[in-house]
Amino acid sequence: MVLPAPRRLHGGDAVRVPAGLSFETADGWVPARLARLLLHGLAIGGLAFIIFGPLANLVLWSFAERWYFPHKLPLEWGFKYWATVFNPRAGAMASLSVSIVIALLTVALSLALSVPAGYALAKRSLPLRSAIMLLFLLPQAFPSLSIYINVARIFYEFSLNGTMVGVVLVHTLHGLVYSVWITAAAFAAVDHDLELAARNLGATASRAFFTVSLPLAAPGIVASAIFVFLESLDEFTGSYFVGAPEIQTLPLLLFGASMAGNYQIASITALILLVPSIAFMLMVERFLKGNVLSKVGT
Amino acid sequence: MTFRTRVLPLVLTLPALVVVAVLFLVPLGYSLLSAFEETETGEFGFGNFAKSFEFYGWDMLFTVIITGLATLLIGALSIAIGGYLVLGGHPRLVAAMRWLYRWPLFIPFIVAAQCMRTFLAKNGIMNNLLVTAGVIEPLSAQSFLDWRGILFTFVWKQTAFAALLVSGAMASLDPATIEAARNLGAGKLRVLVEIIVPQVRVTVAVGMILSLVTILSVLSVPLMVGTGSPTMLTVDMAFRINSYGDYGVANALGFLTYLLAATVAWFYLRRGVSTGGTP
Repeated sequence: MVLPAPRRLHGGDAVRVPAGLSFETADGWVPARLARLLLHGLAIGGLAFIIFGPLANLVLWSFAERWYFPHKLPLEWGFKYWATVFNPRAGAMASLSVSIVIALLTVALSLALSVPAGYALAKRSLPLRSAIMLLFLLPQAFPSLSIYINVARIFYEFSLNGTMVGVVLVHTLHGLVYSVWITAAAFAAVDHDLELAARNLGATASRAFFTVSLPLAAPGIVASAIFVFLESLDEFTGSYFVGAPEIQTLPLLLFGASMAGNYQIASITALILLVPSIAFMLMVERFLKGNVLSKVGT
Repeated sequence: MTFRTRVLPLVLTLPALVVVAVLFLVPLGYSLLSAFEETETGEFGFGNFAKSFEFYGWDMLFTVIITGLATLLIGALSIAIGGYLVLGGHPRLVAAMRWLYRWPLFIPFIVAAQCMRTFLAKNGIMNNLLVTAGVIEPLSAQSFLDWRGILFTFVWKQTAFAALLVSGAMASLDPATIEAARNLGAGKLRVLVEIIVPQVRVTVAVGMILSLVTILSVLSVPLMVGTGSPTMLTVDMAFRINSYGDYGVANALGFLTYLLAATVAWFYLRRGVSTGGTP
């Protein structure tokens, strides 16, 4: 004998039962719901372990003075290596300032190139506009390592290898994609009527640009600047081929320490690099607003 | 007015274009020429490729498998995360997921590599958890710093980016189609697979292709996380340059990475055309 399957309602949206009024909701019986909640909670807990476990291990190593297999935790804890890293003679602080100077110069050069270009792409009619936009995207569409190898080979001819200028140029190429696309989107989001109003009131084109368009596009431009700054600060491959060993950026120092087995120095350097990255992740939405994001690539 | 409307926009764009031309197009052309140039005679030839296949054949296969597997996992996980955020469960858990998944987004690859070098090591937290949970015996703990580590690191780092794109696309879908399917009795998984994913297919593919190109560009992860052989082609390229100054073979390997990225992009585009853009 075949019994008809018990009728079950699907979907929380089909029948709305005010929460807390009934034990049997549209989603099923309470124990089933609890079990599912628990399952989801466990899955998210597992994800949290996978995301934060590696970061926690980094923190552990930065305070470990002695740690080897099969011990689960460091045998001796302390601040010894923090003192080493922050000691001016150790070179880590010098690397940090080299990295910051390179990142600031990269931001300055990228903005000097991309603000006029972004404005022209967003507000003026350009022949082959979409081809030009595509050209700025192209460096992201090719695996970049062999590009860097050949940039280094060309820079060698001009004695740019191992110089600050060389590293800034390589980082600028990498950052230009973001800065051109985001500044173009930021200018595109500026209401054209406001610029026209300024012109009608007698402002010259350049005055309208500096007093109306530029201030209104500023949050997007700041966002692209932060992006370029971070990309430069974190860049490894280009610096490795063009800058090393004369220019020692923080990522290169991290790499050297890690490969030499000095996990404490490598972990502390990694934590220093993490600070700006996480700060930006937490506030990215404050700068990149929906109206700008929706114009990216248009 | 001709200067303002015709010449000025070009003048404003020109400096940025020159930088891209000099720092990208010229090296790109250089790498192509160098890949197809015989080292001894300087003539056109395939000698560098013959040498590449002879020395690095296994690494090519390894690179294809690792990047392919990582890209598929990134695509699947980004759909799962985006789907959970749209279809949801308990609001608190959805909020937790939204807060959680994007942490690796701005973490530099080199930092991720250092994290994994410790996390996946023999005495790393990963093994500690497995031992504590009773999954493995303390002495059978092994290091994951090989192909598994490379795969794990790339997926860990890159899924956040793909999921950000995919969940954004999913959030901007018309909720009416999803509601309609739910009202007709479709389960959440079925709604995700049959209603949502077909509509965000392009975004998923963009996220996957950009991740693939990134994986083919990163040198620090295979250097720091993968130990021994076989390894990724990026490591081989750096080795050819640093140890032998052999630009021919390095550029031939580079050409193969372009080819791999281009094949995947082309395969996707062709499929997009053949289905006529229907979802």
